[in-house]
Amino acid sequence: MTHTISMKVNGKTCTGDVEARTLLVDFLRDHLNLTGTNIGCDTSQCGSCTIMMDGCAVKSCTALAVQADGSAITTIEGLANNGELHPLQQAFWDEHGLQCGYCTPGMIMASVGLLDQNPDPSESEIRHCLEGNICRCTGYQNIVKAVQSASQSMEGGA
Amino acid sequence: MGKHIGKSVKRVEDPRFIQGQGKYVANINLPNMAHVAVLRSPHAHAKINSINTDAAKAMDGVIDVFVGQDLIDGGVGKMPVIWQVPDNKIPDRWPLVPDKVRHVGDSVAAVVAEDPYIARDALDMIEVDYEVLEATTGAKATTEDGKPLVHDEIENNISFKWGLGDREACDKAFEEADHVVKLDLINQRLIANAMEPRACAAQWTAATENMTVWTTSQNPHIIRFGLSAVTLPMLDEHKLQVISPDVGGGFGSKIFHYPEEVIIPWIAKEINRPCKWVATRSESFMTDSQGRDHVQNCKMALTSDGIITGLYVELHADMGAYLSSIAPLIPTVICITLFSGLYKFPGIWGETTGTLTNTVPVDAYRGAGRPEASYLVERLVDVAAQELKMDPIEIRRKNFIGKDEFPYQTPVAFLYDSGDYHAMFDKLEENADYKGMRDAQAKAKQDGRLVGIGVSGSVEASGYGPAATVGALGFYGGMWEHGGIRVHPTGKVTAFTGSHSHGQGHETTMAQIVADKLGIEVADVDVVHGDTDLVTQGMGTYGSRSAAVGGEALSNAAKSIREKLVTLAAHLMEVSEDDLVYDDESGSVQVKGVPDKSKAFGELAFAAYSGHSLPEGMDPGLETAAYYNPGNFTFPSSAHLVQVEVDKDTGEIEIQKYVAVEDCGNVINPMVVEGQILGGIVQGVGQALYEHGIYDEDGQLVTGSMLDYTMPRADNFPMIESDRIETPSPSNSLGVKGVGEMGSITSPPAVVNAVVDALSDYGVKHIDMPLTSEKIWNLIQTNGG
Repeated sequence: MTHTISMKVNGKTCTGDVEARTLLVDFLRDHLNLTGTNIGCDTSQCGSCTIMMDGCAVKSCTALAVQADGSAITTIEGLANNGELHPLQQAFWDEHGLQCGYCTPGMIMASVGLLDQNPDPSESEIRHCLEGNICRCTGYQNIVKAVQSASQSMEGGA
Repeated sequence: MGKHIGKSVKRVEDPRFIQGQGKYVANINLPNMAHVAVLRSPHAHAKINSINTDAAKAMDGVIDVFVGQDLIDGGVGKMPVIWQVPDNKIPDRWPLVPDKVRHVGDSVAAVVAEDPYIARDALDMIEVDYEVLEATTGAKATTEDGKPLVHDEIENNISFKWGLGDREACDKAFEEADHVVKLDLINQRLIANAMEPRACAAQWTAATENMTVWTTSQNPHIIRFGLSAVTLPMLDEHKLQVISPDVGGGFGSKIFHYPEEVIIPWIAKEINRPCKWVATRSESFMTDSQGRDHVQNCKMALTSDGIITGLYVELHADMGAYLSSIAPLIPTVICITLFSGLYKFPGIWGETTGTLTNTVPVDAYRGAGRPEASYLVERLVDVAAQELKMDPIEIRRKNFIGKDEFPYQTPVAFLYDSGDYHAMFDKLEENADYKGMRDAQAKAKQDGRLVGIGVSGSVEASGYGPAATVGALGFYGGMWEHGGIRVHPTGKVTAFTGSHSHGQGHETTMAQIVADKLGIEVADVDVVHGDTDLVTQGMGTYGSRSAAVGGEALSNAAKSIREKLVTLAAHLMEVSEDDLVYDDESGSVQVKGVPDKSKAFGELAFAAYSGHSLPEGMDPGLETAAYYNPGNFTFPSSAHLVQVEVDKDTGEIEIQKYVAVEDCGNVINPMVVEGQILGGIVQGVGQALYEHGIYDEDGQLVTGSMLDYTMPRADNFPMIESDRIETPSPSNSLGVKGVGEMGSITSPPAVVNAVVDALSDYGVKHIDMPLTSEKIWNLIQTNGG
């Protein structure tokens, strides 16, 4: 049995027919072809699949697509504004906050969630917030610097 | 040196990653694509009496189900071992096992279905009649009489023995020693856990018999060779394209030729449809080759004033249930050759016994044999300092190879190319304020706090390696590298490298090398890698070889382009080549002393392609390919200082300060180099403090998820202070040495040394990694905390 669901993804209304068990991340990747959201562990331990759902950072491998029915979702593909990078995307680039790039979309989306809640986090708050996102390449240092830098540039712009 | 090498150029690959446009294998979707799921053994050791696939085959959406015998009947070959040591016994390993499973996760059957969910559902409908057998685990314990045999034909589960060094000099050192330090060490099993799980997709074109395979590999050309020469011999190498697009981290675990790289293309051909398989994280834990897992019985001989004279090591290395692709190399050639460390002493002997157990195979993991060597040397030196009541830096300095003694021939085969270990430690002590740290530590100890300071220094062999040398040591291939440069008629450039980037940033650093050597802009160079149809040949990326070998190949290719441009310019300008100079700033060819009289890079490129006026004997076009076979390895070194504090009540360890100084020779991109160092340090600290792949005695993997297998997280660290010295490598014209693995080689002993220092008042001499809070708390309780 399938369920018809509809949600706003990156500002566009998207509908689809899914099984009850279809994971949100699979709906995004396989039905909507938004493959920017990566799957690292299938079990919400690594955070690679983090997206924004109704203003909250959510691990999309542990949400069902039907749970997202009617919600507003932002994925990494929807973060830039008319071709202009989001300050966090820019900062990850400037500060060398990524190497293989696989955890990066989730890491950036988790950071979006953090700065929404806490626009001026301390280093320890950043590290604490990102402990649910695993990066195997960078050692986190430049990710922390990127979030600090984005926090400053977003404050400056506000 | 031109205008780009040595600059922190921002990475050109990043825009696609930060915008969700990475081209990972899992993202490949082709029309009519089918999905494969693989049935994994739940048992560590069991005979397969029968497999019933009828119910699975009958399911809606299931296309077919295959078992091991189907593939054998269909012509697949056994998984090859491409680095061997003399007299090693190599067990058979089939892509899908036909008769017996030998580790949890061994591949038993493959389902191909219309949908990945259905494929996984169908796995539950396959009935396997297993006759469960007793399992064997433990690198050393598995060799005991009476243990079950992983492979009936391999006695005592011993695959090989391999030794290196000067046994006589070693024995003499111990006979004459004033002081002997003994340590029995465990270098625990680690699981690489690249964030991208392995994946494979394949497309067969029946009409022309072409196969394309996409795989998460660090070395697609080697996979193509392995497939066409051994595992899928029905495929011709020239009609087989292997693509490793963006690969989400490797750390060694994606070097190897894996069973799924055979199973997926075989099925794609069999059902004549494109197929894809993507590992779940559970499958990664059960099937990715793992790392380390040594039992090391060691002793070091010294004089009473701390001069090292000898090192003797008996090493047992758990190779798992089969020998993975280059597994015999890791605890032998690449490990024992580094037993000399930073030190000058004659009497080294090391002997490795490679053993088989009912566990996932063990192979290269970041550092690969070198962390295991560095750890034992740096732990022994530290304990020697403790026992001889010397400062740990002082004892190291007493034994360093002097900067004027390079090239230095060690007693264990290697010829170290260059280094300045005293200068490296000078900088380390200065940056860390070592004296100040010791004063503060003394004060903290008076206050009853458990503060410890740890130091370590390492050298490693990177830039693998001279073809003849690796051949003599057991590798079936070359380990040269290929670099190609195609200048287009407009003057834009495509560079082709046989190295592979899975996070290292080659698209930037290789472009810097090419742009630097041609005097053009980085933005005008596009680097292509990871596709066997586009890149002529390649050996891939591992062993910190890409800059030293792959970069040098591109640098040499650029030299040929320059030579052709000068010859062409001389012809067009009707002057002698001797009167011309190649301008590194602009890429133009100028008349010496008359910069106005010149031919621009683009102008010459167009002239080369128009072919209207070429010197006699010159062919049109502007393209070249170079193979570079290095003359020696390169020998980067590093020094780390760590301060930790142990919480008496909980056993938790806090890293309070981490200072590192590395010497990787000349640097192409300081930002990228620092990123490699930081990432390596954190990965190594993961080994020291958190990570452990644990099997119980039944061969069940106890740490089979990221909850149970603890990897470093963002909140485990302070900001690490990283710095460099530069002693250029004489082994290549760029003067570069490898950097990708140094951090993970030097950090484990530094951290363990620090924690042992913190607990020295409890009489602690050694604690095996990982230093979990449980372990530390128990130790404090037992020792009268």
